[in-house]
Order: sequence, then structure tokens, then C-alpha cells
Amino acid sequence: MKYLKNVSTLEFDRNKCKKCLMCTVVCPHGVFKYENNEIKITDRDRCMECGACVNNCPYDAIKVNKGVGCAEAIIYSLLTGKEPKCGCCED
Amino acid sequence: MNTNNNSCCSAEDKSNFSKYSESYVLTTKLTPLGFIPVISSKINFRDKLEHFKCRVSSFRNNYKIEPGLYALGTPDESSEVFVTANYKYTFDVLRKELNNFNCWILVLETGGINVWCAAGKGTFGTEELVEKIKETQLERLVSHKRLILPQLGAVGISAYEVENQSGFKVIYGPVKAEDIKSFIKNNYEAFENARRVKFPIWERIKVAPLELVPALKKFFYLSIVFLIFFGLRKEGIMFKDIYYIGLPMILLTFSALVSGAILVPVLLPFLPFRSFALKGCVTGLIAPLISLFCFSNFLLILFCWIFLPAVSSFTALLFTGTTTYTSPSGVTKELKIGLPIYIAGIVVCILILIIYKLSVLGVI
Repeated sequence: MKYLKNVSTLEFDRNKCKKCLMCTVVCPHGVFKYENNEIKITDRDRCMECGACVNNCPYDAIKVNKGVGCAEAIIYSLLTGKEPKCGCCED
Repeated sequence: MNTNNNSCCSAEDKSNFSKYSESYVLTTKLTPLGFIPVISSKINFRDKLEHFKCRVSSFRNNYKIEPGLYALGTPDESSEVFVTANYKYTFDVLRKELNNFNCWILVLETGGINVWCAAGKGTFGTEELVEKIKETQLERLVSHKRLILPQLGAVGISAYEVENQSGFKVIYGPVKAEDIKSFIKNNYEAFENARRVKFPIWERIKVAPLELVPALKKFFYLSIVFLIFFGLRKEGIMFKDIYYIGLPMILLTFSALVSGAILVPVLLPFLPFRSFALKGCVTGLIAPLISLFCFSNFLLILFCWIFLPAVSSFTALLFTGTTTYTSPSGVTKELKIGLPIYIAGIVVCILILIIYKLSVLGVI
């Protein structure tokens, strides 16, 4: 299953990449692939912007506007101007 | 399960710590760090009952265990350390999958929230992990410098930062605890398949009620409004109008809710469009089609064709919070287009109802 086309803010700088392969390990949707001695983005429409790759890239080669894809949290953010927050996982 | 020779504990020792008196704690084990609770890998009937309550009620909001170190089986200084969240359900799934395994479990304080959600919030994060490593003095318990984390913890954890700050190397295990055994057998490499988050039909069915249940309260209030509004005549509240208009309208609204909250999750990959709002619109066409058989008044039918798909669409959009693949950029895009349409739709719906009521009352 894929979400909307061309919305992901994922950016990858291959010049900074040292091929540690951490991004291929942590991405829950297999967006990064190591092929022909190079890290490639296979399908950016699969990116859910969770930020696992950015957190675990020691070389600052990946950027993404990290967040949760939850309508309730984003409505809260749009209405209040605060950080997205939802009630479902709150105490 | 084999109990260790070192395991001994008086009632007095136990009473100092609430975590020692929990049902999953078998005994305690004396280690260089003092007594550590030894837990069972068995899930008993009470656990299962609690898991069910988590699925259907707010019971899950306060279902947590005490953070810290636990022992499973008869671990020693060379045993692996698994890191998890202090949501009891998560802890249960992990200990169940680690049966016949000797290891340590380091539970982080995530406020009783599962790994993925807590990682998204940052509570299952680098700071908390480093703090727990220091607080528990983990380096005195094990002779190695390895931690095994669930892959989805990576959303909140920075492996290289943890290593910089604590000396412990983070190894990301599979997404699901059920793949841990094959992960270990495969020399701490997860198979490609175990590294992916999926969203199969039985999981979608399991999570669908999470959307429907909170919506029911709003639905209840709306139902009362409908009953009064449609029953209202010059002579007072008319039972006939409640029966022939109010009641069908309530049932139609309920079916629109089900279209958005149940049909969309269940049929997710089979519905056209990638947008959840549009998927909800598609399933939301069922209710207005039924309305053609309920009402003869043009205004009521028009109301149904606007209101019911909107209800279904918005409910489906809220389901993005439960899915495993929607991005914030995508949801924001849907909302920026969708919200003005929903608001305009509601305004039109209210106008239609006012005109309808005025015509029924003979004012226009």
C-alpha cells in the first residue's frame, strides 16, 4: 500500500553518504536500498517521514520533515499552531 | 523454567519493590547489581483478558510496568540485553517470544506507550536509553557492549549517539517480536521481510474499532439532535416524524460512520484512490443510495448525498492515525484540501435542513 504521490520531504545527499547501511536497516518501508556499491532511494512514495533514517545516519546525509501521519494530531496543529499532538496515545 | 541457584529472596526484600510482586515475576536473582526480578515467558489467562481490554477500551491508557532490568531464564554476564517499552502489552509480547531464552530485558519509561508511538513522541529515545543504561549500571551486569532494540525504536533512537554517550552498541532487531528467534539464529541479521512494517487485513480489522468507539459519543449527541429536529412540528414533537425521518436518518448516519471507520480499514487496498478522504467518500456512497428508499422529499435526499459521504470521508481520514504508512506531509495535504470542503458541506447541510423545516412547518 502506498500513500499520496510526491509529498514526502525525504532528501538524500549521496556525497555525504559513507555507506554504513544503517538507513537500509531502520527504514520500515524499505525506501533505501544498497545496489551497485551505492545507496539508492527505491520509491519515495513509500516514505512515511518517521525519521528513523535521519536519526541513525551518522553522516548527516539524510533529511526529512519528521512527524506522525495522523489526521487528529495534524488538525490540532493546524488549529492551534502548536506541535502535532493527538489524544490516542496520551495518558 | 529452570530457577537459578542464585535466586533467593525473602518476603522482606520483595515488599520493597512493587515490580517483584507482579504475577509475571517468578523469583529474583542475585546479581552484581543486587536482586533482579526473574520473569516468566508464559502469558496467562489474566494477561490475555487484559490484552483484550486494551483493544476495546481506555484500559490501555494505564497498562504499564515498572521500568528497569528484568531477567528471563538464567542469564549471565554474556547474555543479550533486549530493550523495550514499559507498555505491559509490549512487554508481554516480548517475553512470550523469548521463551527458552536466557537474556536480560531493559524496560524504558515510555509512560505505558508502545515502542513505535513512544519513539515518535521521543520518550523511547536516545536520552531515556542512555539514562537507563547509567541508572541501572548495566556495564556491571554484562561483560559485552551490545543492546538489541526493536527496529521501530529507531524512530526515537540514534544508534551512534547511544554508542557515543554510553559505549553500548545498538543492534536493531526485527520489527516484530515474533521474528526475534529467526533473527538470532541468523546471526543477528533480520531477514528483509522482518524489517518491513505491513498492514495485513486481520490487523486492520483489529484496529478498526479504535476509530468507531470514540465516534459513538458524538454520534449519540447527534442522534438526539436529529430526533428533536425531525420530530418538531407546530403541534409539538411528532412521533410519526421521528419514526419515519429521524430514526432512518440516525441509522443512515451510523452506516456512514461504519463505512468510514470499518469498511475503509478493511477494504483499504481494494478501494480506489490513495487519499483516505476519497476512499471514505467512495464507501460513503452506500448510505445515500439507501436513503433513496427511505425518503421521498428532495431536500432530505440532497442532505443525505452531502452529509453522509462527508461523515464517512472524515472518519476515514481520522484512520490515518492508526495506519502504518501515512506521512505527515500527505495527511497535511489531505486536510488542507479537505477541511474547507467539509466545513462548506456542513454549512450547506444546515441550510438545507433549515429550508426543509421551514417548508414542513408551512412558513415557506
